Amino acid sequence: MNEFFGRLTLDALKHDPVQTGGALSIVLGGLFIAFLLFYFRLWGTLWRDWLTTLDPKKIGVMYITVLFVMLFKGVIDALMMRAQQVFSVGDMHGYLSSDHYQQIFTAHGTTMIFFVGMAAVFGLMNLVIPLQIGARDVAFPFLNALSFWLFAMGGALLMLSLVVGDFSPAGWSGYTPLTGIRYTPGVGVDYWIWSVQIAGVGSLFSGINFLVTILKMRAPGMTLMKMPIFIWSCLCTLILIVFAFPVLTTTLGMLALDRLMGMHFFTSDFGGNAMMYVNLFWAWGHPEVYILVLPAFGVFSEIVPVFSQKKLFGYVSMVWALIAITFLSFIVWLHHFFTMGAGPNVNAFFGIMTMLIAVPTGVKVFNWLFTMFRGKVLFQTPMLWFLGFAVTFSIGGMAGVLMSIPVVDFQVHNSLFLIAHFHSVIIGGVLFGFFSGFTYWFPKVTGFKLDEKPGRYAFYFWFVGFLLAFLPLYALGLMGATRRLDHYDASTGWLPLFTVAAVGAVLVGIGIGFQVLQIIKSIKERNQHRDTTGDPWNGRTLEWSTTSPPPVYHFAVVPEVHSRDAFWAAKHGGALYQKHVH
Amino acid sequence: MSKKHKLIFSVLFLISLISAIALIWIANDGAVMDPKGMVGLKERNLLVFSTLLMLIIVIPVLIITCVFAWKYRADNKGEKYTPDWADNFTAEAIWWGLPFLIIIILSVAVWTSSHELDPFKPIVNGTKPVEIQVVALEWKWLFIYPEQKIAAVNFVQFPEKTPLNFDITGDAPMNSFWIPQLGGQIYAMNGMKTKLHLIADEKGEFRGSSANLSGRGFAGMVFMAKASSNEEFESWVSEVRSAGKPLNLNEYNRLAMPSESNPVAYYTLEDPDLFDQIVMKFMMPMP
Repeated sequence: MNEFFGRLTLDALKHDPVQTGGALSIVLGGLFIAFLLFYFRLWGTLWRDWLTTLDPKKIGVMYITVLFVMLFKGVIDALMMRAQQVFSVGDMHGYLSSDHYQQIFTAHGTTMIFFVGMAAVFGLMNLVIPLQIGARDVAFPFLNALSFWLFAMGGALLMLSLVVGDFSPAGWSGYTPLTGIRYTPGVGVDYWIWSVQIAGVGSLFSGINFLVTILKMRAPGMTLMKMPIFIWSCLCTLILIVFAFPVLTTTLGMLALDRLMGMHFFTSDFGGNAMMYVNLFWAWGHPEVYILVLPAFGVFSEIVPVFSQKKLFGYVSMVWALIAITFLSFIVWLHHFFTMGAGPNVNAFFGIMTMLIAVPTGVKVFNWLFTMFRGKVLFQTPMLWFLGFAVTFSIGGMAGVLMSIPVVDFQVHNSLFLIAHFHSVIIGGVLFGFFSGFTYWFPKVTGFKLDEKPGRYAFYFWFVGFLLAFLPLYALGLMGATRRLDHYDASTGWLPLFTVAAVGAVLVGIGIGFQVLQIIKSIKERNQHRDTTGDPWNGRTLEWSTTSPPPVYHFAVVPEVHSRDAFWAAKHGGALYQKHVH
Repeated sequence: MSKKHKLIFSVLFLISLISAIALIWIANDGAVMDPKGMVGLKERNLLVFSTLLMLIIVIPVLIITCVFAWKYRADNKGEKYTPDWADNFTAEAIWWGLPFLIIIILSVAVWTSSHELDPFKPIVNGTKPVEIQVVALEWKWLFIYPEQKIAAVNFVQFPEKTPLNFDITGDAPMNSFWIPQLGGQIYAMNGMKTKLHLIADEKGEFRGSSANLSGRGFAGMVFMAKASSNEEFESWVSEVRSAGKPLNLNEYNRLAMPSESNPVAYYTLEDPDLFDQIVMKFMMPMP
């Protein structure tokens, strides 16, 4: 039997009480869903309409379903971490062992980046790209389904590690030599490698697929400079994916060889070099943060004009800003480790390149704000998320430029200041952008709008919760608090601020509760929220020219494009609906 | 925008304002903002200078966000509405140009400060520097004084106003050596020797720690760095010499075994090449 099961023994099922709770909730949750499927006799529908579908809209919905499940898990992780930090001061040692605590923050980071962030990117791409460029499908429909299932299996592997065995305790960035077999011999790191590896290959396939879709399948007349900015931002993202993800795949491949075959790419002996891992990881990792945030920029570039009822300000600037960010994002990776001792010239070069990114990013913010100028701004939830973003992203961006100064970075690197910075831009940018786009495109995909009221409450709780959870972290970082601590001395005086941060995390949790409520309530009352026109927001782009939900083939007649904001121009130029008349 | 929304927005604004003020107040108390050495002081000053410089852009952005959202709300009928106005060369030149200017100023600061405060660059002030070798272990810090022939675990003492030359290596997963009140950090890596040059301008006890995750006992890798007068330092050295256990390769190997939250311990250095042996431990065996 040992030849067959390898390292897998019954011990893999043994956990401490807190871990058992997590494992049980996964198992019971799975059983409950299976029960519901039997009860409502949905297995057939599930198999025919969803599991085997090649329709990008349905695949998009599945991405977003996985996103919400993983977001829920990631936020539970976050709450557990903050609770530990409030109850683990001085003589108190909290309720988690340090090993379990480290598994939780590793799982939190991996979940949020790979299974929430990437799901937001590909979920929206699947829902919106074909419709917005006037295409009837993606370039490679089967590859698209394969990408999703690779992604979903990566997530499933991460969940499985809660039940069988354990997860990596080495941080989501998995620095060697800590992830080497010598310092962390258990199966946890292998779970981390393979769940990220499998999902990463899926991302690469998706990247190629949508890149080809955008380049080859646009409606007649839609030249590159007539594409909606969301499509431009996706195009830049996809270029980043195609160049960056192979680096991740090979790096994790080498790490796996180190661990499983006794090789020495990244160990400190036999000529290996741990610093090489750090370089390679961030050569993927820095483009990755732009892979996450550029589509969010694209969403805001759609939302702000629609809800200001005014043309997007400075289209050409927006495009060049995106291209500049895309280029620069490949020559800044070293700013993640100024403290490795590369020398002043190298540090200064990477610092200055990093700062330069602030210029095109700032231009985008100004252009959005001046889109509101002399417009008629409607404060529906998508716009509220944008206003929240403008505040959090400005704060986070400023902290980012601060950390790009190598000498300042020496003092805030790996402190909670850094954590506050990247949560400001990832929550404030990626997640707020996703929520905005999710609310905006929801009626297009389902045929009914989301109920506004719980959506507003969700925003307010998220926004205030975010401020309370992360502003104290800036201060804690400056007080010398490093990241990933499961225990600290009372004399540090950090407890009050950690407590405020924990309260903020609870408020964010309540915000998510309102989002769940919003979805359930909207589905229940869907007949009151029906979108019968196909154009519930007075939209500007092609996806609003077809019915909600669109037919499988999207457009009965493939639209012809003569200008930017093609649908708006058609509505106001009188060319609309003529083709459908006869 | 209804009355309720006005209320909610103003409450939000108030909360942000209060938290910002509270943050500045608290952070001034904090380790990085309260430096006790030349390096930390310059790093703090640069942090404050660049923050103020960036606020030139960020504060207008925050104000514009609120003002535009308020002024151009759909139910404010009196305002101008130009649905097709979408280009203005002057305006765009300003927000490409002004941030670029600020980045140029910051770039000069980056270049000069990176050279001036390079952690590998020795500090010269006329006093003879103290050499300290630092080894990051699982999960404690070993400080070796090659000239005084002593060593200490999780405690490092040195005279004030004296340049400190740290040679840093690791015999553990990657760590980062950080004493916030004296100045920035640098990684401690197996088979590598990094350098850090710091100075304490006054007496005091400063908290130091590892800033990079290194395994189970990482949170306990905390040490005390004490800056004292020259005489106090000399008497501490002789105290360690008389009280310490001898430290040779055998004793080191015992010490290097994983252990958590170690108490302070003193050693006399028996093997003067110990640090180099630790660095070379990870090199490829010679053929």
